[in-house]
Amino acid sequence: MVSEIREPLRRDLGGGSKRGSSVLQTITRALTSSAGRACLELLLVLLLGVIFNADGAFFKEGTHRDTLRQASVYGILACGMTLVIITGGIDLSVGSVLAVSSVSFALLTMHMDWPWWLAIITCLLVGAVFGSASGALISNAKLQPFIATLALMTFARGFAKYITGGQKISTYVTQGDKVIIKELPPIFKVIDSRIFGGNLAIVSVIFLVCFIVAWIFLARHKWGRELFSVGGNEEAARLSGVPVRMAKFLAYTFSGIMCAVAGICQAAQETQGDPETGAGYELTAIAMVVIGGTSLAGGRGSMGLTLLGILTIGYLQKILSINAVPEAGRLMITGIIIVLAVLTQKRRTK
Amino acid sequence: MLPLVSMNGITKFFGPVKVLDRVDFSIYPGEVHILAGENGAGKSTLVKILAGAYSDYQGRIVMEDREIRPSSPLDANRLGIAAIHQELSLIPSMTVVDNFFLGHPMTRSGFVMQKAHRQSAGEILSRAGVDVSVASFVEDLPISVQQLIEITRAIRLNARILIMDEPSSALNAHDVETLFTLVRQLKGEKRGIVYITHRLEEIHRLADRITVLRDGKLVGSALATEVPEKKLIQWMVGREMEEQFPRHTPQISSEALRVENFSVHRASRAHRPHVDRVSFSAARGEIVGIGGLQGSGASELFLGLFGALPKRTEGRVSLEGKAVHIRSPRDAIAKGISLLTNDRKATGLISSMSVTANICAASMANLAAQGWRRPREESRVASEMGKALQLRAASLEMEVGDLSGGNQQKVAIGKWLTTNPRIMLLDEPTRGIDVGAKHEIYQLMNEWTARGISILLVTSEMPELLAMSDRIIVMHRGVITAELSRQEISAEKVLEAAMGKTNGGGNGQ
Repeated sequence: MVSEIREPLRRDLGGGSKRGSSVLQTITRALTSSAGRACLELLLVLLLGVIFNADGAFFKEGTHRDTLRQASVYGILACGMTLVIITGGIDLSVGSVLAVSSVSFALLTMHMDWPWWLAIITCLLVGAVFGSASGALISNAKLQPFIATLALMTFARGFAKYITGGQKISTYVTQGDKVIIKELPPIFKVIDSRIFGGNLAIVSVIFLVCFIVAWIFLARHKWGRELFSVGGNEEAARLSGVPVRMAKFLAYTFSGIMCAVAGICQAAQETQGDPETGAGYELTAIAMVVIGGTSLAGGRGSMGLTLLGILTIGYLQKILSINAVPEAGRLMITGIIIVLAVLTQKRRTK
Repeated sequence: MLPLVSMNGITKFFGPVKVLDRVDFSIYPGEVHILAGENGAGKSTLVKILAGAYSDYQGRIVMEDREIRPSSPLDANRLGIAAIHQELSLIPSMTVVDNFFLGHPMTRSGFVMQKAHRQSAGEILSRAGVDVSVASFVEDLPISVQQLIEITRAIRLNARILIMDEPSSALNAHDVETLFTLVRQLKGEKRGIVYITHRLEEIHRLADRITVLRDGKLVGSALATEVPEKKLIQWMVGREMEEQFPRHTPQISSEALRVENFSVHRASRAHRPHVDRVSFSAARGEIVGIGGLQGSGASELFLGLFGALPKRTEGRVSLEGKAVHIRSPRDAIAKGISLLTNDRKATGLISSMSVTANICAASMANLAAQGWRRPREESRVASEMGKALQLRAASLEMEVGDLSGGNQQKVAIGKWLTTNPRIMLLDEPTRGIDVGAKHEIYQLMNEWTARGISILLVTSEMPELLAMSDRIIVMHRGVITAELSRQEISAEKVLEAAMGKTNGGGNGQ
């Protein structure tokens, strides 16, 4: 083995004399970075919207507002998912844990008349417990993340059905043999409302808060570094004294908490707790993370990329829906776009 | 006697590096031909060419008056050449019988003949004295049995030439006997055997003919009776020491590390341990070299001392006179121990992360004591370290994977220096880097010892070991076979001890 200077370095080192000669080079470099490519994808999707603007519907303010609002629940899941995927893992249980949280919130506030803040805290704890169950199976019992979270996904869905008896939890409450209609707890209306003259949905605010929290942890906390190093090279991380197991465990726990937050938002938007809700959401969340350019192999990615991915998928779905593309077509087009996006992200295939 | 196969003037390059230089090598029927030489002498490359792993060599291979050019392992098999490599090539999740016929199934109109497979595999194995059920899964079998299965598989191919690259490295004494019986049986069948080994004992017992390579060149080839042990060692060492290693006279002071009866077990305790009750010490400012050939256990000793193999170590370790228990790498780092691993790609660096992130990776406990990182402080630490190590990188934010080998190694070293170590375990610190970078690393080692750091050095490069060590411990199959002071150090003594000769030196301290 001989040391050699690999291409990128040679270019960087030797580029001194030629530097400044080409703005084009800078642009191509920016475009070939993960962030550049994710931006490009988003722009292409927006361009699609401009072309297929459904008689100008795409240019209305309301469309963009709705896009952000509708992407918010998925976006919250994608925040937790990003951290998990950076460790080289995956969390398939998010849709089901969202459902558990959603029905728990509805049960506690509607049927049991708990104060809203206690119900929220309880839901967050429930989400954390489910997340840490995945985390423990993966980091302590050494199960593969796919298997462990697949099991949790199934279990959580069953749990949601168990605590609701398979029924949707709403303001219609059966007491003995008569049905009474309760008032919708005010917290539901609060979460489902909008501020700034109806321009910003509260769920979008909640998403942005989750996003910023995840971003700060990932970019500025020791734990964020640990997640990257575990995903990049677990053995090297272990030999550098990184608490590998704890870092992974916390990533799944964080994802569980994000599911709980998303579940509360979901309940508020649906004004009920549906044990069937959130099915398939895990796949949308994963698609958002991956389209952004965070590597499924682990070790590379960022919250910024995930934001671009969330917007890309969010806009894509919005554009398809304003053009009244039937569901069959919508699913097929989304599938194709995911493949195209990930193909452009492909790098370092060694 | 005519050779079964003769390789003439074989030359092979890896990139710009010549790893074999006009080597001649012949294999005769009914003979065990020992191929010897230090690590990196070119032995494995030579046999891999014969086994079809590399076809871009220069030179001729002649078999029965015909020139052959094995283009793939399968092609070599067809020519009657089979290789048993150091790394097992069995598929662990498959059964013995399925492995046996992997790539060469017996078929009838395209369908595999399962029954015939089982019968034939069972016969061959029992004839070879390997007691194993053909239906068992390979992963459930001990490594020794796997190795024997691998060898018998080569017999099944009816190979006339068998190449065994250190087949005994994982075997215990009993299995080695089974192996030898097998080898003698094969010899009796007039097959030609190439046997690579680092153990003098095996050379004594098996060799009919010996060939020694050094630095890719043929040193000598003769019948075993014409090569006494002393001559063999001379052949292997050979080179004149050049004044290329700048070890300064050390300032050795008080004892920094003492290790007593330290063992590192394998994952399964049924096998002989990697390291078997070794004891030694190292002083502040001292470089203790640990010599040994492949399988000596030196790397495992390092991992064990560093807490990376928890529950598999036994023994007492004390730092500056105080007994310590090191349960994890984090423990070790906190106590001032660093481990530069021998494979920076696999275990040293996180190549997807930046230079800064890697340099700071082992010091996060200090750099982010409250949990929140201080990027500016990290950049400062990284750039200072970069300067101290004369790191050449376009930017400290570039990914480590994009650096050259020498600079990657400096990043790996920088990571450990940042932790402020008192003891550095260096495993192959100059592997795969160019001469210039090597020199810089030797200079750094001088600087560190001048600051009172003690260094344990494992290296497979004999000149480096001889020149940089203030004292050398030699290991062979997990035990210490010699301890040589600076005055006693010689390549011959180290090599003898590394090959298992226990009375070959040492002042018994």
